[in-house]
Amino acid sequence: MPSPKRKTIPRRDAGGRATHDVGGLEFGPIDRQEHDLALWEKRTDAMLILLVGPKKGAFTIDAHRRVIEDYGQQTYDRITYYEKWIRAIRNLIVEQGIVSREEIDQRLAEVRERFAKTGRQASKERISW
Amino acid sequence: MVARQGKLQATAQSGSRFAPGEAVRVAERPALGHCRTPWYLRGKTGVVASVQGIFRNPERLAYHQPGLPKRVLYKVRFEQAAIWDDYRGHAGDHLEADIYEHWLEPGKAR
Repeated sequence: MPSPKRKTIPRRDAGGRATHDVGGLEFGPIDRQEHDLALWEKRTDAMLILLVGPKKGAFTIDAHRRVIEDYGQQTYDRITYYEKWIRAIRNLIVEQGIVSREEIDQRLAEVRERFAKTGRQASKERISW
Repeated sequence: MVARQGKLQATAQSGSRFAPGEAVRVAERPALGHCRTPWYLRGKTGVVASVQGIFRNPERLAYHQPGLPKRVLYKVRFEQAAIWDDYRGHAGDHLEADIYEHWLEPGKAR
């Protein structure tokens, strides 16, 4: 398995710091309102804990951070916390050869088809690799 | 943040380069790839608050490597006024951050 590429994507006009490394930058007021997590977000959380745990050890929490940090500014600033998580999980299980990209695409197509048949709403968002 | 992955080891104290109370400066250098040393602390001087233990290096773990050699992790205390040019809070305000030994240099005591 080839080692993933070591790279730093700098944040625009921020003196060379990486995309995610935003401590001290101006981002406006913090939204302090509490909100409930969606079921998929709870599942994402559980999945990550199981994947990095000693029993599975599919990858490390550090690798998960790395993939998120490599998204690039446009994506990093746009997508939510758990969207970052689930996309990184998807990319890492492929990177580690646990499932293939084709298997994921095929499974997604099946789910979309099932949803279409039963009239369930599916997100139209395509999460880029 | 200090991670479940590493155990606090009795040897960390004796094998560490810096001791609690010592002034340390965070290296002012860029990093290629995953790195836990925040940008806003690079080049800043603080004081070692405690030695947290010895852990596998996250900069290597992030690329599916074993993360060896292990690195000593410190809790470093910084005066807020030393970090932010326009800090207007109380004079004694400080923050603490976990910084690995390979990011620290001896600092001049202030």
